[in-house]
Amino acid sequence: MTVQTQNTTQVLAAERAAPAVLALLFGVFLVFGTGFAHPQTIHNAAHDSRHAFAFPCH
Amino acid sequence: MIGRIFAVALLAGLAAGLFASVVQHFTTTPLILHAEEFENKSAALGGHHPVDLASRGVQAEDWGAKLYLAHGAAGHGDGAEAWGPEDGLERTLYTTLADVITGIGFALVLTALIVLRGQAVDGRQGLLWGIAGFTAVSLAPALGLPPELPGSMAAELVARQGWWAIAAASTAVGLALMFLGRAAWMPYAGIALLILPHLVGAPHPDEIGGAVPPELAGHFVAASLVSAAAFWAFLGWATGSLAKRFELV
Repeated sequence: MTVQTQNTTQVLAAERAAPAVLALLFGVFLVFGTGFAHPQTIHNAAHDSRHAFAFPCH
Repeated sequence: MIGRIFAVALLAGLAAGLFASVVQHFTTTPLILHAEEFENKSAALGGHHPVDLASRGVQAEDWGAKLYLAHGAAGHGDGAEAWGPEDGLERTLYTTLADVITGIGFALVLTALIVLRGQAVDGRQGLLWGIAGFTAVSLAPALGLPPELPGSMAAELVARQGWWAIAAASTAVGLALMFLGRAAWMPYAGIALLILPHLVGAPHPDEIGGAVPPELAGHFVAASLVSAAAFWAFLGWATGSLAKRFELV
C-alpha cells in the first residue's frame, strides 16, 4: 500500500515535471527575447521596457 | 497539464505586464525621456565624446574600447539608423508589448517552479513567490548593476548580461535552498549562493561620468526597483490565485 502510494506520487511528479520544464524553458526564451536579444530592431522596440526592468542595455 | 500551466501564465503575465506598463508610464518612462534630452544634447556636441570628460577629471585618452555610452555611435557601431518606434503612442505601445511578453515569460517560469514544487498555493503564497522573483531578478542584480538610464556609462554589454543572468540564477537557487530545502546544510549553501555573484563582482566601466545628471540616475534606480517590486508582487499574487483557481497543484 505504502509502496503503491509512493509509486503513484512519483508518477504524478514525473507527469508534472515535463510540462513544467517545457514552460520554464519557454518563459526564459521569452524573457531573453525582450530583455537580452541583440538585434537592433528588437532592442529599439523593447528599449524602455529593458531600462525599466533594469536588464543590461546598450 | 501543459494547457493549464500556459493558461495560468498567460493570464497572470498579461495582467502583470499591463499593470507594469501603467506603473512605468508614471515612474520610469518620464525619467528615461528626460535622460534622453541630456543624451541627445551631448551627442549633438560631439558623438563619441558626448560629455566634457576633462571637467570630470577623466582623460580623453583613457576612453577605453570597453566604454559604451548608451545610444552613442561607440555602443552600436554600425552607423546605419535602425528602425525604432516613433515617440508617443507607438513607443508606448511597443513598451507595453515588451512588458506583456516579459510578464508572460516570468509568469511561465514562476508557474513552472510552483508546479515543480508540487504544493498548493493561493494568492498570498503566490505573493511570496513574487517577492522571491523580485529578489532574484531585480534586487540582487541591482547591487552589482544598478538600473541604468540611457546615457550612463557601462562595461561591455555581453559581460554585463552574463553577470546579470548568473546573479539572477544563483540568487534564485540560493533562495530555493534557503526556504524550500529540507537538508540541514541547504540554508548555508543558499546563503553562499546569494553572496557568490557579488564576490565575483559585476563588470564595471574603467571610468565613470556619463551624460545623465546623478540626481536623475539616482531617482531612476529607485523608480526602477519600486516599479519592479510592484510588478512582481502583482505577478506573484495573480499566479498564485490563478494556480488555485485552475487547480494546478
